[in-house]
Amino acid sequence: MTKTSQPKSNASETENSNDLTVTGADAVLRVLEDLNVEVIFGYPGGAVLPIYDALFKRNSIRHILVRHEQAAVHAAEGYARSTGKVGVVLVTSGPGATNAVTGLTDALMDSIPILCITGQVPTHLIGNDAFQEADTVGITRPCTKHNYLVKHAENLVPVLYEAFHVASSGRPGPVVVDLPKDIQFAPIDMGQVEPAKSKAVVRYRPVMIPDADAISQAADMIVSASRPIIYGGGGIINSGDEASEHLRELVALTGFPTTLTLMGLGVLPSEDKHFLGMLGMHGTYEANMSMYHCDVMLNVGARFDDRVTGLTSGFSPNSQKIHIDIDKSSINKNIRVDLGIVGDAGIALKMLVDEVKKRKAAIKKDALSEWWKKIEEWRAVRCLDYNQKGDIIKPQYAIHRLWQKCKGDDVYVTTEVGQHQMWAAQYFGFNAPKRWMTSGGLGTMGYGLPAAMGVQIGNPGKTVIDIAGEASFMMNMQELSTIAQYQLPVKIYIINNEWMGMVRQWQELIHGGRYSESYSASLPDFQKLADCFGMKGLVAKVTDDLDPVIDEMLGTDGPVLVDVRVAKEENCFPMIPSGATHNQMLLGPNDKAAKPVSEEGMVLV
Amino acid sequence: MSQHLNSDEVRHTLSILVDNEPGVLARVIGLFSGRGYNIESLTVAGVDEANNLSRISIVTRGSPMVIEQVKAQLDRIVPVHMVRDLTQQGLHIERELALIKVVNKGESRIEALRIADTFRANTLDSTLESFVFEVTGSSSKISAFVELMRSLGHVEVSRTGVSAISRGLNVDMPIRTQNETQE
Repeated sequence: MTKTSQPKSNASETENSNDLTVTGADAVLRVLEDLNVEVIFGYPGGAVLPIYDALFKRNSIRHILVRHEQAAVHAAEGYARSTGKVGVVLVTSGPGATNAVTGLTDALMDSIPILCITGQVPTHLIGNDAFQEADTVGITRPCTKHNYLVKHAENLVPVLYEAFHVASSGRPGPVVVDLPKDIQFAPIDMGQVEPAKSKAVVRYRPVMIPDADAISQAADMIVSASRPIIYGGGGIINSGDEASEHLRELVALTGFPTTLTLMGLGVLPSEDKHFLGMLGMHGTYEANMSMYHCDVMLNVGARFDDRVTGLTSGFSPNSQKIHIDIDKSSINKNIRVDLGIVGDAGIALKMLVDEVKKRKAAIKKDALSEWWKKIEEWRAVRCLDYNQKGDIIKPQYAIHRLWQKCKGDDVYVTTEVGQHQMWAAQYFGFNAPKRWMTSGGLGTMGYGLPAAMGVQIGNPGKTVIDIAGEASFMMNMQELSTIAQYQLPVKIYIINNEWMGMVRQWQELIHGGRYSESYSASLPDFQKLADCFGMKGLVAKVTDDLDPVIDEMLGTDGPVLVDVRVAKEENCFPMIPSGATHNQMLLGPNDKAAKPVSEEGMVLV
Repeated sequence: MSQHLNSDEVRHTLSILVDNEPGVLARVIGLFSGRGYNIESLTVAGVDEANNLSRISIVTRGSPMVIEQVKAQLDRIVPVHMVRDLTQQGLHIERELALIKVVNKGESRIEALRIADTFRANTLDSTLESFVFEVTGSSSKISAFVELMRSLGHVEVSRTGVSAISRGLNVDMPIRTQNETQE
């Protein structure tokens, strides 16, 4: 691309002339328009003022003004996860960029496509410790899929197209484009857009189509299994809705038991008879026992995360493992597998369904029904049963009732991080992908509220609930102001036990019940808090309050903040204690004395 | 550098073709430090001006599973075009260049020159009390040379680290001519 002959000072005049030269800021918006970006989550500041000016003048893309840059990224994540599109973020240099870092890391860990444009001081000041200067590309290098510093105006348009492409293809992730202020004023020739677009996809070309021989080998292994299990993850959701369809087809075709990770919930309907529930640390007994005792495991789009595997040396010791993942580096990272297949989950599943169809007669029906009998025994333990008696609301009951009230509606749920998150995963059922947005990899407290805003923006008219804990909620509660400004009808359902519950649970289990700094002191009156932002506040103090409160919450058109006062010392069960294997689950409080956490386990998180 | 060598650890030499752009070396090094991999040596220089490509040679050490990870993780970096495991591919050449200054007097100077001759080192600089030798070869040859010089005086060393290429007629990373590039 060639630079235009106009000097910089003429940039504003050239905007109105007939040629295709525009300012850098204008070019940013034109590219985003061309990429069908509908909404930007952001916060203005000195180093992005030209872009905000262009936003004002062009008036083509909606901007949601958050109250903190971290929330901008989480909102974009919620938008991306619930719509399948790329979430776009715009923040200023220095503190704007550093505040975004938690969100970017969260998006990296959970593979969420984000394009984050950060302002930067003008190129001639870079490295001078200028006002609001930070080494944004240096800081964000380890927490993005890729990042760019645009030092020359002619690179701006190609970089934006490539950044969008990198964020959204292969294993998705966050991409940062750092834009110095002088580049935002520089003249850009938009006549060169088409070559830039076609070039954008050349450099980064992830493998999408898996090796056909490997798929055929996988089909052979699957049909020869006596005790099979399918273990699906967020990769299936990221691949697109067809991937979930293909997985459902595979499950129906084979009749195999299926478990899903925290990230994969919704891929298979929660009430499908083949669904064993979530697996892992707070997964169900039947899912974990089936993982331990299976003879063939098919992992699609999951990464053998440590929350899932428990002690790796004792993970599913007698199985042959197949792993389908779009990211080669996920294969054989934590768990050695027998067959690794690199490719898109949806394409791989479709190919696999076709191959398994050819071999349908070979499926070992008798062995499979024996296996199901065994699984039904584990199911009969009813590991998620809880005892709701009396006036005090059990947190499990609060979420279970919420789900029962939401059944039949197309509801979107976000969560914060902690006990309530696990209870939501256990007691709320999902029937479709992209309905469940939670911070899995990074475990970011404060994720759920801003994420819910993004979900609501992307899905107007739908019910969006943030199942929150009181401590997590307070980490980003400034966003109540954003919710009020845009009248986003988000329902905030706080499971309030006045503790950082998961911290308290671990202190009880492995630190002798010394509850160091885990009490949520000086909580606000949440009803009054809602009131001062002009939204409805509700409180449920006893069991009988719960149903009417949920009804009123769901029946209200605008935003609602609900304070559900729950039993304070309830723990999340079942649980694989750290350093233990799938067959060493704690089923309830009485189990914990019998199986103390090992010394090796204590150092794990 | 590895603090403790596990028995299942193996040494691998990797050759990586990358876009010659700002930050690419930081990405590669950040990957190694961020994920706790070892770097025994790393060299980098531009090798293809027309296509703006650089070649990085890395010597790393780890269990076979970690080596596989290193390669897969490197391959994920957007400006990385190609990762070749020369150790796994088999026959290849590894060479290093070192500049060694030795400061000494009398008999030791003659011995130093004699050893330098044996190692086919060039004398690049000389004063009445010092030499600077240039020596190329495998890392072990250079280490042996440095050890001998140490016994002959005060020694200062500058080494380039390993540069490597496969043997035979197989061209992994062709450098295209200007004309081919434009097509």
